[in-house]
Amino acid sequence: MLIFEHSRPGRRNYSQSPSTPPEMTGIPANLVRKVPPLLPEVSEMDAVRHYTLLSQKNFSIDTQFYPLGSCTMKYNPRACNSLAMLPQFLARHPRSPESTGQGFLACMYELQEILKEVTGMAGVSLTPMAGAQGELIGIAMIKAYHESRGDSPRTEIIVPDAAHGTNPATAVMCGYKVVEIATDKEGDVDMEALKAAVGPRTAGLMLTNPSTLGVFEKNVAEMSKIVHQAGGLLYYDGANLNAILGKVKPGDMGFDVIHINLHKTFSTPHGGGGPGSAPVGVAERLLPFMPVPIVAAEQGKYRWLTEKDMPKSIGRLSAHMGNAGVLLRAYVYVRLLGAEGMHRVAEFAALNANYLMAELSKAGFEIAYPSRRASHEFIVTLKDLKEKTGITAMNLAKRLLDKGYHAPTTYFPLLVPECLLIEPAETESRETLDAFVASMKEILEEAHNQPELVKNAPHTTPVRKLDDVKAARELDLVWKQA
Amino acid sequence: MPFIPHTDEDIQAMLASIGANSIDDLFDEIPPALISAGLKQVPPGMSEMDITRLMLERAEVDGRYLNFIGAGAYEHHIPAAVWQITTRGEFYSSYTPYQAEASQGTLQLLYEYQTMMASLTGMDVSNASMYDGASALAEAALMAVRAHKSSRRILVPATVHPVYRSVVRAIVRNQGIDVIEVPYCKQSGQTPVDALDEFAKDDFAALVIPQPNFFGVLEDVDALTDWAQSRNALAIAVVNPMALAILVPPGEWGTKGADVAVGEGQPLGIPLSSGGPYFGFMACKQALVRQMPGRIIGRTTDQDGKPGFVLTLQAREQHIRRSKATSNICTNQGLMVTAATIYMALTGPEGLRRIAAQCHANALALLQKLETHEGVKRVFNGPVFHEAVVSLPAPTEDVLNALKTRRLLGGLNLDDYYPELGIAMLVCATETKTSADLENYTEHLGTVLATGK
Repeated sequence: MLIFEHSRPGRRNYSQSPSTPPEMTGIPANLVRKVPPLLPEVSEMDAVRHYTLLSQKNFSIDTQFYPLGSCTMKYNPRACNSLAMLPQFLARHPRSPESTGQGFLACMYELQEILKEVTGMAGVSLTPMAGAQGELIGIAMIKAYHESRGDSPRTEIIVPDAAHGTNPATAVMCGYKVVEIATDKEGDVDMEALKAAVGPRTAGLMLTNPSTLGVFEKNVAEMSKIVHQAGGLLYYDGANLNAILGKVKPGDMGFDVIHINLHKTFSTPHGGGGPGSAPVGVAERLLPFMPVPIVAAEQGKYRWLTEKDMPKSIGRLSAHMGNAGVLLRAYVYVRLLGAEGMHRVAEFAALNANYLMAELSKAGFEIAYPSRRASHEFIVTLKDLKEKTGITAMNLAKRLLDKGYHAPTTYFPLLVPECLLIEPAETESRETLDAFVASMKEILEEAHNQPELVKNAPHTTPVRKLDDVKAARELDLVWKQA
Repeated sequence: MPFIPHTDEDIQAMLASIGANSIDDLFDEIPPALISAGLKQVPPGMSEMDITRLMLERAEVDGRYLNFIGAGAYEHHIPAAVWQITTRGEFYSSYTPYQAEASQGTLQLLYEYQTMMASLTGMDVSNASMYDGASALAEAALMAVRAHKSSRRILVPATVHPVYRSVVRAIVRNQGIDVIEVPYCKQSGQTPVDALDEFAKDDFAALVIPQPNFFGVLEDVDALTDWAQSRNALAIAVVNPMALAILVPPGEWGTKGADVAVGEGQPLGIPLSSGGPYFGFMACKQALVRQMPGRIIGRTTDQDGKPGFVLTLQAREQHIRRSKATSNICTNQGLMVTAATIYMALTGPEGLRRIAAQCHANALALLQKLETHEGVKRVFNGPVFHEAVVSLPAPTEDVLNALKTRRLLGGLNLDDYYPELGIAMLVCATETKTSADLENYTEHLGTVLATGK
């Protein structure tokens, strides 16, 4: 039932608005709204009950194991939320003077410094509001760098075929042509393809490492050399930083710019799809182009650096300073972990991923890159299972929902057929992983013995398999009163 | 080990299953030269008790002020239920709803949100939100260029929020799109239609129409919308959603209604929080729906015929279309929209109308009081919603600093953005201000102007 269907004309929450309707004396009659908007007329309790019940129709980290590859669904510590929501932080207006926010700015400054250290970059700007915006800013900086040198024939960005979809989309948004290069059978970028692709038109290479295939690009130093020698810059897609946190710094791998998804590695909540936050880090030569504002510390006082301080900045990408509340949550998380805790993130993410890969292999699942170590994630391919039983990766994913697990990422990366990209994250216990393997094994048996059960899954969720085709053909995007 | 549950026994058993001797072995594919020497600049970990104490101290340093700044972020009362429900783990810690059957809570909520926003803006459809108001405007500009096909120019009045204009330029510049500024009337603070006449001979993809504009002034939106559409340009409304509870919505502007409506969703239940996270909204006419960026939720049925909700029109998006997507945008601002939806459900149409009307009434009352001081005067004579530009008899910076020592934030200094206005600030009063607050501000301003401190 929709909230609108609970609505009754004239029902109101008297404690949530002025008791007498205020007069509107200053608005010309032709600008005054005549028909009220279609908002629900429900009691406070109706609303609370409705949205509480809706929440219970979601899978979440707080309720389920969520091994969604490339999304780093780790536990979101509650302290991060409550400390970011202290009343003074919530009440602070973004345009209030810096002197009224020294406590807040201290957190932002320290977070900037910690992220610099973790990534090995020379500068960090906290402003990007999501991974895709971090990418946009990163590529815009690469463009500004080439233009500042009069090196304008550089019109191409190289992207491996295993990359996240945002990579090519971002390059196009920045006015670049995308050159896709292939992956070899071991899961590494095809070095010959890279050598053939670089040249005087190369503006840069966008790389995720460990890649979305769940393996570390062994040739990254060589790749860096090839791209740099051609005059291009290297962009690090930080979606998979969890795998190497404290172990390897992207700056040491030769990257010139990186975005860091705080909503992955630094455990800020995904919130059903945002808000994210994706600070960008840059090497020395891109420092002047960083987006503003950036926090500076001067004689023990903090202030924002703006366009006046950084005239070559690519500018602003948000109305204020980015997602301050998300940054506060990440700050609390990094202080809880400390240096030693960060090392452990990568170690236990790797331990859980390699253990789960080993156990699933023993349970009869085919691993896409069996000769490689898993990073923080790995790929299972159901190509053979599909040929034998007709069961697809999507069927298995939906059947997992019945067993109380969120499904892994399916059909990404696109180059592995019938793939499941599995990322357990470091916060899960061995028992949870074992129980997951047991459920996977059951589904494997069902695939052979009761394939219809698997094909028609899910059976126990609030709705069963939904008709996507109908949704797109008979668009129903807003509710209308019957 | 914070947030890591493994016992020593677990570690040994897991390594044995993998066939590795140590955790370090798991990193043996990484060239040894790349392994870092450690995180020397990162301080050691803290307990929850210690970090709580540190954060409480820092919050204390920042303190609380009586705030009269608006300028794109507005202080409104937020019902307690909004964030108590929004931060339930099932909303807070879930992912983008790719697995629809496991995400019906978020998906239904987003469908309800789309319905509320489409109705509030008077448009046919809404997406599931953008990052913030400024980036939503930039995406609307890109959308207009895609829809128009021949022109790559956008007209943006100087009365649009100056930072929004910067953000639009920063985002569209890389696609070779020009942003052309339209001057405003020095008396009314509005964008007069005749200011557009100098552009009449050129081809434009869109005209941006703010309501209220950055000065708090209400524009002649009907005339501006008609001007744009008569020249084959899209009319892009950038609006305050709170104001729409009492103002004619974009869908009813001019003879045909605006084509796209965007704006900052923060006034709908999102705390000020130093600037984010907020959310941007975007609604449009049905004909433009396939040009819209971002997540869109549709209602459909499951295999038993039961209604349910899914992400739809995904063929526009980066994870399917890659380099041919309408935008690189991947997420919406799900959690913020959760809060806004609950906020709108709790206030309802009449509650929201009263809150908006109270903002308006408080702003007029404040302006009247402030103007009793010699040299304090409204700069523009156009009608306002809940903020206005006010001139001062002493340098703005000095006045605002003196007010600040009295725990009062008097407004936004406009020196940097509109130096041509002379000594001026932008002042806002929302429903959160009592008549005692307005009196308090007036008295303090009088003392500051009289004594200079």
